[in-house]
Amino acid sequence: MSLNIIVLAKQVPDTRNVGKDAMKEDGTINRAALPAIFNPEDLNALEQALLLKDANPGSTVTMLTMGLPRAAEVVREGIFRGADKGIVLTDRALGGADTLATSYSLAQAIKKFGNYDVVLCGRQAIDGDTAQVGPQIAEKLGIPQVTYAEEILGLENGKVTVKRRLESGVETVKAPLPCVITVNGSAAECRPRNARRVMQYKYAVSPSEKAKLSEERQKLVESRPGLDIEEWGAAFVEADPEQIGMAGSPTKVKAIENVVFTAKECLALDNDDAQIECLVQDLIKNHTIG
Amino acid sequence: MANYYTDNPALKLHLNHPLMRKIVGLKERDYTDAEKFDYAPVDFEDAMDNYGRVLEIVGELCGTTIAENAEGVDHEGPKVENGRVTYASGTQQNLDACRKAGLMGMAMPRRFGGLNFPITPYIMAADIVSRADTGFENLWGLQDCAETLYEFGSDDQRERFIPRVCAGETMSMDLTEPDAGSDLQSVMLKATEQPDGTWVLNGVKRFITNGDSDIHLVLARSEDGTKDGRGLSMFIYDKRQGGVTVRRIENKMGIKGSPTCELVYKNAKAELCGSRRMGLIKYVMALMNGARLGIAAQSVGVSEIAYREALAYAKDRKQFGKAIIEFPAVAEMLSVMKAKLDASRCLLYETARYVDMYKAYEDIARERSLTPDERKEMKQYNKLADACTPLAKGLTSEYCNQNAYDCIQVHGGSGFMKDYACERVYRDARITSIYEGTTQLQVVAAIRHVFTGTYLQLVEQYAAMPVSDELVAQKQILEGLVGQYKAAVAKVHETNDTAYTDFMARRLVEMAGNIVMGYLLVTDASRNAASEDNEVAAAAAELTRSAKVYVNLARAEVARNAEFVANVQPADMAAYTYAG
Repeated sequence: MSLNIIVLAKQVPDTRNVGKDAMKEDGTINRAALPAIFNPEDLNALEQALLLKDANPGSTVTMLTMGLPRAAEVVREGIFRGADKGIVLTDRALGGADTLATSYSLAQAIKKFGNYDVVLCGRQAIDGDTAQVGPQIAEKLGIPQVTYAEEILGLENGKVTVKRRLESGVETVKAPLPCVITVNGSAAECRPRNARRVMQYKYAVSPSEKAKLSEERQKLVESRPGLDIEEWGAAFVEADPEQIGMAGSPTKVKAIENVVFTAKECLALDNDDAQIECLVQDLIKNHTIG
Repeated sequence: MANYYTDNPALKLHLNHPLMRKIVGLKERDYTDAEKFDYAPVDFEDAMDNYGRVLEIVGELCGTTIAENAEGVDHEGPKVENGRVTYASGTQQNLDACRKAGLMGMAMPRRFGGLNFPITPYIMAADIVSRADTGFENLWGLQDCAETLYEFGSDDQRERFIPRVCAGETMSMDLTEPDAGSDLQSVMLKATEQPDGTWVLNGVKRFITNGDSDIHLVLARSEDGTKDGRGLSMFIYDKRQGGVTVRRIENKMGIKGSPTCELVYKNAKAELCGSRRMGLIKYVMALMNGARLGIAAQSVGVSEIAYREALAYAKDRKQFGKAIIEFPAVAEMLSVMKAKLDASRCLLYETARYVDMYKAYEDIARERSLTPDERKEMKQYNKLADACTPLAKGLTSEYCNQNAYDCIQVHGGSGFMKDYACERVYRDARITSIYEGTTQLQVVAAIRHVFTGTYLQLVEQYAAMPVSDELVAQKQILEGLVGQYKAAVAKVHETNDTAYTDFMARRLVEMAGNIVMGYLLVTDASRNAASEDNEVAAAAAELTRSAKVYVNLARAEVARNAEFVANVQPADMAAYTYAG
């Protein structure tokens, strides 16, 4: 069967390679110092979507991202790796959203999209690490959710079979379509960008990006099919102004603390069983493990 | 995340050579493909942007998957079972990743599913792949064979086979046999024509890289009763037909991930490629020229990894209270390694551009007749490519061996252990100066151009180019070396003794190589010194440094060889002769 698959992807600051200037004086992220990247687990989600598409010819993979207009980069990156098209949900009114407002906004966009079978996204984003957006979207859409997915094992009679990676082991579940699946970092790595697709779709642009191109390049975009990235606003997805952006975000940040590990927190052990046993007992006692 | 293209701005410097505008214009037929293919470039800038973006994909794959797999592949190696080869698991992952990234058939025309890349960016990809895993470069680089299929196959053969290569099927060139290594005229594999016009192959091939490939180009004796190269033809064997099994794979010193196979042909169905009797004389020569450029790229990749491993270790390793890089003896070794690396890379891309120029014209000539000017230019570049290919293969492979040796030396005792990558690099390097024609055979191909003056013609061309203030002195030194080279060539020429010429050939070719590479470093560094691109300007500054180091080295080497030529006379050769 051919499926309509939506992949949610977020453009995030690369917090994996944090330097000294990663945080500003006030404790907020210094976005200028960190490159914007495709959230890693969303790439795992994209791979699952592309595998689903490979197994179900005729399926369509649509990227959906919410953020600044420049988040179109994430959509292009998805298309380079095999997605068919993409939408950027962008609007000043959406700015400052916490996970609740974000999931509401994205759920509205998915409703607007209409005919969908599977919504895939990463387990969590590396900037906030909340893992809330995927599950909240499922709730708002009133559809089942499968979290911590590691592999989509099959699709039969309108139900997906999914292997979940849990702390205690592996669980295999079935869910009826449509559903939301959040994908774990332990899932298959995303396939690389494809050379031919990169050359073909490097000119894929959103309307705001297109406006900045030379007349010649604009004509090129118009003359070749598939180079349009859609831009949707809050009004277009019929979002309630009270539930989006700052207004729709009950989360308030009280304080942000810059924690620097110091040498005194370092424990040196000899390589013998007794000392290791001691350490394990300590870690269990202070609830670091176990 | 490591990216072997973006972390090495020297590549961008070489890619952005002024001749590229002409090469790309010819290759893209003035960008007319853009009307037919939505991934074809619309202009020069668009094409160059494409090359950069695709090389970024190559760089990312190499810096992550392929480099990370290299050690495991070296340990695991391929296996042969029931006549079939299974790659090491890492090799298989690498191949799958390259296929998914669409990096197969890069230089093939779009109508066959290729990317229509010129040779220069394709060779750059080979350079990058080799840095990540030298043995894997062989498997990936055998897509070169498609070029020969394209040049000499029929339309029907092109349509049947090339799209398969572009989709990721692998190739091999089945040339050597137990008694036919460097001497391919002795090939005995028997090709017999069947009543229906098809052919069957019988016999044994040995030392075949990736011998269990999907599509083989096979050199076989089609003319009964002949004994030399004129009785050999080229055939295409499709693995789907069956009839070829792998008897064993060699247990090699290096490039262990690349299976080197002994093949048994038993009534294997094959089809003739091109004309009978032209197999060795024309097709294999063309195939080898492409492969030699590929080995030059592989060698540069080895030099790159050898230098980087040595540099990183020298910065990290502390002895006598400081990092060993602070000791002049170590710093000198590293500077010379870098100079040899940069010199090799300059010659590699200069050669690649010459090949691009004549091949683009050759391809245009398949569609329409060339104008007299175009024909003249094609011949000129063909000659330069013929002169530079053996020089590049010979010298870059020797340099990468020297760099791998010094890489271990910088590591000291640790380098002798299996704990560091340098020991693998050292083993992988060793084959480069042997296969696709030993260095000695490259000298045989290059010496002609010593005597016909092709290298001098090149040098004159470089000498007329502008030089940055910082390298004026180096240019003057090089001018002096040209005089020594001319005198040595004249001496050997005037002696008029074939054995003496053969005896001295390697020295003369080395002198030519030292001077050509010296000039290339000076001109490439000078041209880019004031680049507006900060990365390119930084790479040019490194080249300038290397030019200074290399010209010192070249001066000493040329003097050494000049002295030998001047002082060793034909009569002295007796001491070097063994009774047959």
